[in-house]
Amino acid sequence: MLSFILRRVLYTVPIMLGVSLVCFALVHISPGDPLVSILPPDASVELQQQMMAIYGFDRSYPEQFLRWLGLALQGDLGNSIATGRPVASEVFNAVGNTLILAVTATIIGFTLGGLFGFVAGYFRDSWIDKLATAISVVGVSVPHYWLGMVMVIIFSVELRWLPATGAGPGGSSQWVWDWEHMQYLILPAITMSVIPMGIVARTVRALVADILQQEFVSGLRAKGLLDRGVLAHVIKNAAPTALAVMGLQLGYLLGGSILIETVFSWPGTGFLLGQAIFQRDLPLLQGTILVLAMFFVILNLLVDVAQTSLDPRLQRG
Amino acid sequence: MAVTAETVAHLAKIEKSQGYWRSVWTRFLRDKVAVCAGLVAAGLVLMAIFAPWIAPADPLEGSMIKRLSPIGTEGYPLGADELGRDMLSRLIYGARLSLFMGVVPVLIAFAIGAAIGIAAGYLGGWVNTITMRVLDVLYAFPSVLLAIAISGALGAGILNGLLSLTVVFIPPIARVAESVTTSVRKLEYIEAAQASGASSLRIVRDHVLGNVLGPIFVYATSLISVSMILAAGLSFLGLGVSPPNAEWGLMLNTLRNAIYVQPWLAALPGVMIFLTSISFNMLSDGLRSAMDVKQ
Repeated sequence: MLSFILRRVLYTVPIMLGVSLVCFALVHISPGDPLVSILPPDASVELQQQMMAIYGFDRSYPEQFLRWLGLALQGDLGNSIATGRPVASEVFNAVGNTLILAVTATIIGFTLGGLFGFVAGYFRDSWIDKLATAISVVGVSVPHYWLGMVMVIIFSVELRWLPATGAGPGGSSQWVWDWEHMQYLILPAITMSVIPMGIVARTVRALVADILQQEFVSGLRAKGLLDRGVLAHVIKNAAPTALAVMGLQLGYLLGGSILIETVFSWPGTGFLLGQAIFQRDLPLLQGTILVLAMFFVILNLLVDVAQTSLDPRLQRG
Repeated sequence: MAVTAETVAHLAKIEKSQGYWRSVWTRFLRDKVAVCAGLVAAGLVLMAIFAPWIAPADPLEGSMIKRLSPIGTEGYPLGADELGRDMLSRLIYGARLSLFMGVVPVLIAFAIGAAIGIAAGYLGGWVNTITMRVLDVLYAFPSVLLAIAISGALGAGILNGLLSLTVVFIPPIARVAESVTTSVRKLEYIEAAQASGASSLRIVRDHVLGNVLGPIFVYATSLISVSMILAAGLSFLGLGVSPPNAEWGLMLNTLRNAIYVQPWLAALPGVMIFLTSISFNMLSDGLRSAMDVKQ
């Protein structure tokens, strides 16, 4: 087990390096001089050169990359062009809000998806199965940003039950776990949960159907075990894969929250990205993407390790 | 007598036995859901092609006094948008750019990804290792994040949108292509072809492609649904297609501020994205089960 973890961690190092290289390249594939967005158009040549030196744009790409990487490792992601504040602190503030949203959505999506998938797989080819399958197809096919708009239209505009945008009364960005704030979480979290729900339902359905067909289940039944006892065995066998899918989905939601956060003006990383794109704030874009991608890589690693420790059969592979 | 009749029946059966693709087609036609989805998808494509003939009005010309007319206004069956342009015509014309932005990246990524994956899978060894490790890096990004990262860095524009989506879809397609090719490469007839002195290029062309392109293609079609949502999502964020073009994601974006005035009008473009995405998704599911010989 230890050697597996070690191998898996070692494998992650080059991936992380590659990911940071891609993030570094983002600023350099963007058209035009990277300084254009910082300097006024009538800046003198001297000032331009001075800024080039400060930002290190006058050096070679490998040198720039190493310098950028070194600073990033120390937690310095540069300064936002729009606000002048350090990117790292902006991202740090936003990550918390995105985590609240993504974790809530994952829990809702996993619970519902797991339930639908389980029932569908257990009563395969029944009407329940067909209904659950239909729900999961809708879940993966619906443009979630549109679903968010529809939720706002129904529950905020028409019924006036819940607030439409923001993360707290009076545009507060400091999250508190009270009803005042949680009202703001309901719509975006439910909207976001639709994505993992469809995928979890699909996976769990296939898992359960597959497990029920295996010999040990008929063995258990032959032994006289009641359906409830069989159920426990099925859950035990399906859990590692289902949990792995949940972990990965959380990663996807962290990275893919931008569209939903934009719809609901949720002050998380996605909203930050939206601002960065809108204002062409490249350091902010680069820093946010780097942090989110690293989250995803580490989550992948944790999921792999957790899944392997839960399911020893995987270690051989 | 009985024997002869049986033989005739048997011979008739043999005569009727179909090629693989014909049997796939027969199986596909039996799947009602997939056929319906196929018809909807075909309808959307036809709508995109014949938009100028179907649309009742110019999608770009607005009338200031008709701004945000509700659904059912005379002369504006689906209302008018925030600039007084006919919603129905914009939805019809919108199919052009929306489908283009959703489908083309997958097609290009299919060509590139399949080439990379087949080469890596067939050649194996260090070529395979290096190629797949490089792709792993791109794979390490959630797809939405990668698309937005590249698009965001390049800036708005149709070409930049296409480019970023293509980059997003190459790694998954290449991965599938690599694994399918690796499993085919180990089959005996490939070994036989190698032993008979056929060149690699010839083996890939004559023996590998026919066996791997089908599964890779089916996988690629399953990505169209994702690609439609992502492409419209880029335009929704202000990347991808720019105004005044008619594109469903962009229309959702510009109508977003109108949800307090004409809520359901603002939601219309999303219905089109959803319809397209779900029909391609079910079509692809149907294709996959029709091509699965094991059934």
